[in-house]
Amino acid sequence: MIRDALVIAGKDLRLEARSKVAVSQVLPFVLAVVLLFGFALDGESQVLQRVASGLFWATVLFAAVLVVQRSAAVERADGVTDALRMTALHPGGIFLGKVVSLLAQLLVVDVTLGLAMVVLYDVALSGVLLLTTCALLGSVAVAAAGALYGPLVAGARHRDTLLPLLMLPVLAPVLLAGARGFEIALGRGVGGGWQWAGMLGIVAGVYLALGIAVWGPLLEDT
Amino acid sequence: MTQPVTPAAPEGSVAPDRSGALSTSSRGTRVLGALSLVGLVVLVLFSFAFSKPDAELGESIRIMYVHVSTVTAAYCLMLASAGFSIFAMWKRSQFADLAAHSTAEVATLLLGLTVVVGAIWGRMTWGVFWTWDARLTSTAILFLMYVGYLAVRSLPAGFRARSVRSGVVNLLAAAMIPVVRESVNWWASLHQNETALTLDPSISGLQYFTLMLSMVVFAVLAVWMVVHRFRVAWLEDQLSEVGLDAAIEARRKEAVGVVS
Repeated sequence: MIRDALVIAGKDLRLEARSKVAVSQVLPFVLAVVLLFGFALDGESQVLQRVASGLFWATVLFAAVLVVQRSAAVERADGVTDALRMTALHPGGIFLGKVVSLLAQLLVVDVTLGLAMVVLYDVALSGVLLLTTCALLGSVAVAAAGALYGPLVAGARHRDTLLPLLMLPVLAPVLLAGARGFEIALGRGVGGGWQWAGMLGIVAGVYLALGIAVWGPLLEDT
Repeated sequence: MTQPVTPAAPEGSVAPDRSGALSTSSRGTRVLGALSLVGLVVLVLFSFAFSKPDAELGESIRIMYVHVSTVTAAYCLMLASAGFSIFAMWKRSQFADLAAHSTAEVATLLLGLTVVVGAIWGRMTWGVFWTWDARLTSTAILFLMYVGYLAVRSLPAGFRARSVRSGVVNLLAAAMIPVVRESVNWWASLHQNETALTLDPSISGLQYFTLMLSMVVFAVLAVWMVVHRFRVAWLEDQLSEVGLDAAIEARRKEAVGVVS
């Protein structure tokens, strides 16, 4: 299963590297969101620093919708789903491969967004280990949900509006736990930050387990 | 021209009435409907005439008789819907797939009612319709998840694809139910803790009786709605299959006409 996952992840990442959509469209979108929030909140650095944690995760979710939509559309348009159906690859491995591919793209988004907030909002980095853990676990949860929902709506007529409707509510726990974990890491919240990291881990584990369990029927019957 | 087609009735559930039209009603549903109607009238009497205002909540406790019952019925239906979805995916059962849809749709309606009624109660008690409380927010998210489920159900697809797609969404939504239920314990919350369904309920007497009566009435009402919704869904499926067969037959006849 792991070998199959690496094969699929390599294929998806090669596709993205050649198309450069993530670099040329998603990253500029992320920077635009950071700038727009700055304008919307009157550029007051104290306000921006206070809300940076929530803005970070909200932006990651919006960017994830774009990444997932793009990834699923490419597969559907080229008939890759049908080809995958006929391979002997393990369905769970295919799902994990998709998760790894989406995760790699989301981590690029995370780093770019984090740097943009440090530079533009003057956010002082602290609690780097907790920040990194939360970002990693939260991104795994987002990638797992995206890998599950992307193919599910890829063939639908109204997929562009349906995907956010499905993904964003499901990822609300990630937004909540990620934002709280970041706040505590940045010294703006109270309580134990690792509890929130633990919650992100549980959410990621649930979505990964569910994805591995249902990916086979999903690939077979949709 | 194709002849109008009549869908085949599933066994014992959707029978033609006296005029010959298909009906989703049966003796069982008529009894359930009558019980629901009588129960609602009795509930209104107990809620507004017999039951006294609460020492803490005052008159607003009357809203609780609806709020608690609708959310309890909604949770039960959501869990049932998740069970039906698992069965539908596992056994490829059309019955279970339609049952999952029917229960989820009625659950969404009841959950929406819970949110609206809760907002009215919040305005009376807290002075605002909405506050960013863990229970309120997670309930609203759960409601949106089921709206998403119904949107997936409405996508044009065959039975099997629809069953698997919507089943996945249903299971993810059901996974949120424990989070919503425990949110008042996990986070600091304005929302009340468990009131009635505990070993040590915080209300008693006629108020407790009225709340229990309300739960029974809304449970019967929910079952009545689910049975009717299931039969409508079954008819829709039958009609789409018969419609497809009729369309294929019509194209065949056209093709024969062109060839001859």
